[in-house]
Amino acid sequence: MSADAHAASPAVDDEGRPLSPQYHVAHHFDNADHQFQANKLGIWLFLAQEIMFFSGLFCAFILFRAKYYDAFVEAHHHLDKVMGGINTIVLICSSLTMALGVRAAQTNKRKLGVAMLVMTFLFAATFLVIKYFEYHHKFHDGLLPGRHFTAEGFVHPEANIFFGIYFVMTGVHGVHVIVGMALILWITVKMYRGRFSSRYYAPVEGVGLYWHLVDLIWIYLFPLLYLIG
Amino acid sequence: MSQTVAAEGHPKDDEVEGGKTLNYWNAKKGILSWLLTVDHKRIGIMYLFSVLTAFLAGGIFALLLRLKLLTGHDNLVTAPQYNKLFTLHGAMMVFLFIIPAIPGSIANFMLPIMLGAKDVAFPKLNLMSLYVYWTGALMALVAIVFGQIDTGWTFYTPYSASGSGPVILMTLAVFILGFSSILTGLNFIVTIHKMRAPGMTWYRLPLFLWATYATSLVQVLATPVLAITLLLLALESGFSVGIFDPKLGGDPVLFQHFFWFYSHPAVYIMILPGMGIMSELIAVHARRKLFGYKAVAFSSIGIALIGFLVWGHHMFISGQSEIATTVFSFLTFLVAIPSGIKVFNWVATLWGGSIAFTTPMLYALSFLFLFTIGGLTGVYLGMLNVDIHLTDTYFVVAHFHYVMMGGTVMAFVGGLHHWWPKMTGRMYNERLGAIGCALVFIGFNMTFFTQFILGSRGMPRRYYNYLDQFQPLHAFSTYGSWVIGLGFFLTLGYLLHSLKYGAKAPRNPWGGKSLEWLTESPPITENFHDTPVVTSGPYDFMGDEHGITPALQHHPKDDPSHTPAYDPGHHDPAAKTEEKS
Amino acid sequence: MNEHGHIELSTFWLPRQSSTIAHQVDFAWNVVTLVSIFFFVLVVGAMLIFVWRYRRRTEHDITSTVEHNFRLEVAWTILPLAICIGLFVVGFRGYVNASVPPGDALEIKVVATQWAWDFIYPNGTKSRNEFRMPAGRPVKVIMSAADTPKSDTEVRPAVIHSFFIPEFRVKQDVVPGLYTTLWFTAPEPLDTILLCTEYCGDNHSKMSASVKVMENAAFNEWMENGGDDAKGMPPAEHGLKLYSKYGCNACHTIDGSPRQAPSFKGLFGRKEAFNDGSEIAAVDENYIRESILNPTAKVVKGYQGIMPMFKGVVTDKEVDDLIAFIKTLK
Repeated sequence: MSADAHAASPAVDDEGRPLSPQYHVAHHFDNADHQFQANKLGIWLFLAQEIMFFSGLFCAFILFRAKYYDAFVEAHHHLDKVMGGINTIVLICSSLTMALGVRAAQTNKRKLGVAMLVMTFLFAATFLVIKYFEYHHKFHDGLLPGRHFTAEGFVHPEANIFFGIYFVMTGVHGVHVIVGMALILWITVKMYRGRFSSRYYAPVEGVGLYWHLVDLIWIYLFPLLYLIG
Repeated sequence: MSQTVAAEGHPKDDEVEGGKTLNYWNAKKGILSWLLTVDHKRIGIMYLFSVLTAFLAGGIFALLLRLKLLTGHDNLVTAPQYNKLFTLHGAMMVFLFIIPAIPGSIANFMLPIMLGAKDVAFPKLNLMSLYVYWTGALMALVAIVFGQIDTGWTFYTPYSASGSGPVILMTLAVFILGFSSILTGLNFIVTIHKMRAPGMTWYRLPLFLWATYATSLVQVLATPVLAITLLLLALESGFSVGIFDPKLGGDPVLFQHFFWFYSHPAVYIMILPGMGIMSELIAVHARRKLFGYKAVAFSSIGIALIGFLVWGHHMFISGQSEIATTVFSFLTFLVAIPSGIKVFNWVATLWGGSIAFTTPMLYALSFLFLFTIGGLTGVYLGMLNVDIHLTDTYFVVAHFHYVMMGGTVMAFVGGLHHWWPKMTGRMYNERLGAIGCALVFIGFNMTFFTQFILGSRGMPRRYYNYLDQFQPLHAFSTYGSWVIGLGFFLTLGYLLHSLKYGAKAPRNPWGGKSLEWLTESPPITENFHDTPVVTSGPYDFMGDEHGITPALQHHPKDDPSHTPAYDPGHHDPAAKTEEKS
Repeated sequence: MNEHGHIELSTFWLPRQSSTIAHQVDFAWNVVTLVSIFFFVLVVGAMLIFVWRYRRRTEHDITSTVEHNFRLEVAWTILPLAICIGLFVVGFRGYVNASVPPGDALEIKVVATQWAWDFIYPNGTKSRNEFRMPAGRPVKVIMSAADTPKSDTEVRPAVIHSFFIPEFRVKQDVVPGLYTTLWFTAPEPLDTILLCTEYCGDNHSKMSASVKVMENAAFNEWMENGGDDAKGMPPAEHGLKLYSKYGCNACHTIDGSPRQAPSFKGLFGRKEAFNDGSEIAAVDENYIRESILNPTAKVVKGYQGIMPMFKGVVTDKEVDDLIAFIKTLK
């Protein structure tokens, strides 16, 4: 990202509060920039392995869709496109507020940063609430995975496989959203306490990158599960 | 080698406390100082202790298995008990020993030092990796003691998904262990990219680090696929999600694809670090520049990448299509080539060297012998029609023990001896070292070469009872296992003995050229007093192109009688030197 | 484990070549063995020679700084690659040959359960743990894994097995929910053994079947007769054959030694207690019959109810003959 870290930085932030204490460079790094570079590479590697994690699920989806095309087409109509669509918009907005939060940290705007992060957290919570309602409907209608599938009126029996994959994919994604919320909470508190500034914002950026990936995965998930027919 | 002062100079020059020199062992005292350490060396030692414990347990299971197999009739244990034993032997050896062993212990210890760094990029993450490993190991132990799984370490569905609680616990244990592997790999990649000392270019890295880098790539990219596979298996087991259950429309063979997509790259996680150690052992104990440095370096990367493409060779008869089977066979032959190139380069490094018969060198030579057999028998298994006869027989068991044990374990033990003086500050007994190596080598061939014969004759794997005609070979194989056991127990014994009674080790007992031999034995917590500046390669035994040797002269504080009186400055005018190292 | 036969060897390493593709497989084996011996001798030989020739003489030895030899490195990359491709082709050709069944193959269905092999011949004849086939004709097996019935209502869900006849050089996984096929021709009548080679639970290593390659005429006669070759055999003697044919021997010994099931020795007339608290004063024909057809009805105390159900598998006469056999075991 930006090289603000080493430009001559102000001693106070936009409200006149003193900046976070001199960023502690861990003993095994040469300087702050060195530490920052290492942290960034670490986060990107972590994201790479997250992608590999989800890729297995996407593979399973593609394979079973090819095998049971008609069943999948029939089953996917029972997903609520409206709720899914709203959730997509919610997540995209959360990515926006997250990015603005990171920017705020980089430019010493503590209050704005906290506000943006809180909004991100709220968007994430909204996502989960909508998800809860979606799941609730499915449970109610017996649209459940595998052995537990009890819904009536399906021409093709392999709808249970579709819902198996649906629940595992959205469930695992949901777990990542919850973890993301915990991380956002953590950096919100730290930002509130004034720990981040143009001299030190690596954790905010790291959580931001993670959050963008969570969003990105949903952006692939939504059309594949809900839309294509 | 000129030196500069590091960014934060802490001149802890051989601090003396009550007459004793401070090093990473005694710098801080008390159990909490170990459990809450961020020193990669202490973490490496704790890993070492853990993986050796796992090796001991897995080894005892193996001895029990072989004991039962003295005859093909019922004896010693029941069939269900036997099935649990081989499952545990496999699961413990794969997940608790061989995957974490070299990266967690030797690489953790040596990587930063070889780079000229003070620590890995993320020391706290390193400690977390260790704790995650312990958590997974503990869960696995609980699954073992209370759950008694018997699916084989490969957990094939539908057998493994038939709703048994212990399977869920075991799969979750392995899931957690996987994270330890991922985080270690991530840490190492960042460390190698970002923490190299000034002058340490990529082509001046010791080859152990190239191998570690390749291994880390596989750890980071392949292990998550295992994670999702195990998660799906646990969900299948617990909630009958149906993905692998044919009755619910699922596909049991899909599990095999998912499983082997990780587990084949996993075998490269197992062997690559061993190959990295091989380069170190041969170059240093033959005191000769490594032949074909770049070829060896890039072959590690090549093996890591091609290794992702061959998983289907575990599944030729699984019911997958003939086209897939053919493609996988072809790609499998390709992955053999980089391994072969390494072996040729190592042999070429022996040419023109000055070979000492130290214990590390003996283990390296054993590796060459045993890994060659292991690799060649892999070629047998890559051939389509031959594999149909050999797969799922003892031939496969022999093949993978030759590469994993004859390969990785030999390299691991050799590396342990090679760096033992550095890590512990003590020398072990060379005579006992040679005897231990000989016992293991002989016992190993007795045990496992016999199993090639059993397999080609038609003896299937995972059999509690077997046809009478196989009894003599099985008995011989069991006797071999006792010789191996003896060899390893002897080795453990003299190594432990050396901790207290071994001669004090000098900085550079072998005359190595990589950065770790600059430090004290054992090193101080900070590794280096001042950040080294690198001006030559790691195997420049006869000097760089200007005939100047790096000043790895013996430190005045070392006992000169122990350090080989290395004679710098002599340069053979007849030998051709390259422009670049 | 010898009840179903054994593996006849032709060389130190390999079994008898009992099928038409065995020769090609063994040829491929020989080729790769030659290549392997060549490289092994090269590598280990060079290693030993160098280790001797270049052993350390003094602490001041000069070592070579040669680190490249372009021609050598190209050679040891290209040559092994070419050899590997050659080996691939040898294996591939053998594989193609072994994969494509001739059109006129005799089809036999194979059903694998835990832990028995059932064979169903074209005219409906069935046999268990005994695979019979005609010599000189291609045979194609169509295989699947099925649930193992434990009682009228309970089953053990199907798992993967693998069909392996070492002397034929054939092997194929038997998968639930899928049909897998395999074909082979055995030119000469002979006896050999079939082994399960994909781990399938407790009695995986006891899941074998005898393989009887018969003269075509004899095979047809056997098949027409409904697979019954017990004509005229005394009941107890037939019962002994059935004891091994149906795999009872996997769990029930006849010499009194314990396994996962009560021994048959002294069974008839014995007093038995059951897991549900009830008892029988003396084991009789009815009890044995019920145990065969519906094994989980009464499980002897201290044992697990793992016996598969034989209802629909054994005929009434076979039950009678088994009872006769058990009666002889005092």
